[in-house]
Amino acid sequence: MTVAVLQFGGSNCDRDTVRALEHLGADARLVWHEDGLPPGTTGIVLPGGFSYGDYLRAGAMAARSPVMEEVREAVASGTPVLGVCNGAQIGCEASLTPGAFTINRSARFQCEHVHVRVENADTRFTRHYEEGDVLELPIAHGEGRFEMDTEELETLTAQDRILFRYCDADGEVTSDANPNGSKDNVAGVLGEADHVAVLMPHPERATLPDIGSTDGQDILRGFADL
Amino acid sequence: MPGYTVTVTVRLKQGVLDPEAETTQRALERLGFDLEDLRSADQFELDLTAEDAEAAQERAEEMTERLLANPTIHDYEVAVDPR
Repeated sequence: MTVAVLQFGGSNCDRDTVRALEHLGADARLVWHEDGLPPGTTGIVLPGGFSYGDYLRAGAMAARSPVMEEVREAVASGTPVLGVCNGAQIGCEASLTPGAFTINRSARFQCEHVHVRVENADTRFTRHYEEGDVLELPIAHGEGRFEMDTEELETLTAQDRILFRYCDADGEVTSDANPNGSKDNVAGVLGEADHVAVLMPHPERATLPDIGSTDGQDILRGFADL
Repeated sequence: MPGYTVTVTVRLKQGVLDPEAETTQRALERLGFDLEDLRSADQFELDLTAEDAEAAQERAEEMTERLLANPTIHDYEVAVDPR
């Protein structure tokens, strides 16, 4: 798979993502958003950061940039897309994925390690895990609280489109283990197309063995067909 | 064509947490003020020309739906005034 990691002004996890994907054996390249998707792109990552300085709402500006039309077309033709952190906010703002990520319950930026439970292991992003597996992943966000209309969230849950929920180290989904006030502890969701997913925690920061947890590796492996 | 100033007010839907507003309310209370609740909203003023007020309203609503508000979490109001 040839993965395009889209760079916007203010992206700051773009290089980490390329490095993490290369570490796992993927062919990954940085793509400046104004250059458009290169021919032969078979996977797309919307990386973390602070695109457009989080103006208006995190992800709002990048979600409406011209390259996102190309991303939409790629999704329609089956290209997998993974949005992480700011990329998750962009994905929701672009309606590639449902819901919205907004200001943390604490009203503060939070940078810490959290646990998430795999809620659906039957997706390309989670296929190397078992349902119920607990991963330790870093978060670093000020606007990571998942919000969605209660009824819509029930539908989303019934459709098995919740990928990860914040939990404690034992896998219990509790309000204490919810770092940002996300509704129903949701940390990551699938789009309408099941080859599109977004999550707030950073799998690319839990991939290189030198920097600690490698629990995120299998998310990237699943995404990139490795 | 006549000119209008359109005022768009974007606020969180009822029931959606507003941690910044809660923090602001607590700060006011710390300053000794007595209040029951505080809600915050974003306001945008758009200067534009349109055939009539209705057309101005329509265009501003489209701008709000497309960018200024996120319909998942926001409600909005649009008010049109001649400029």
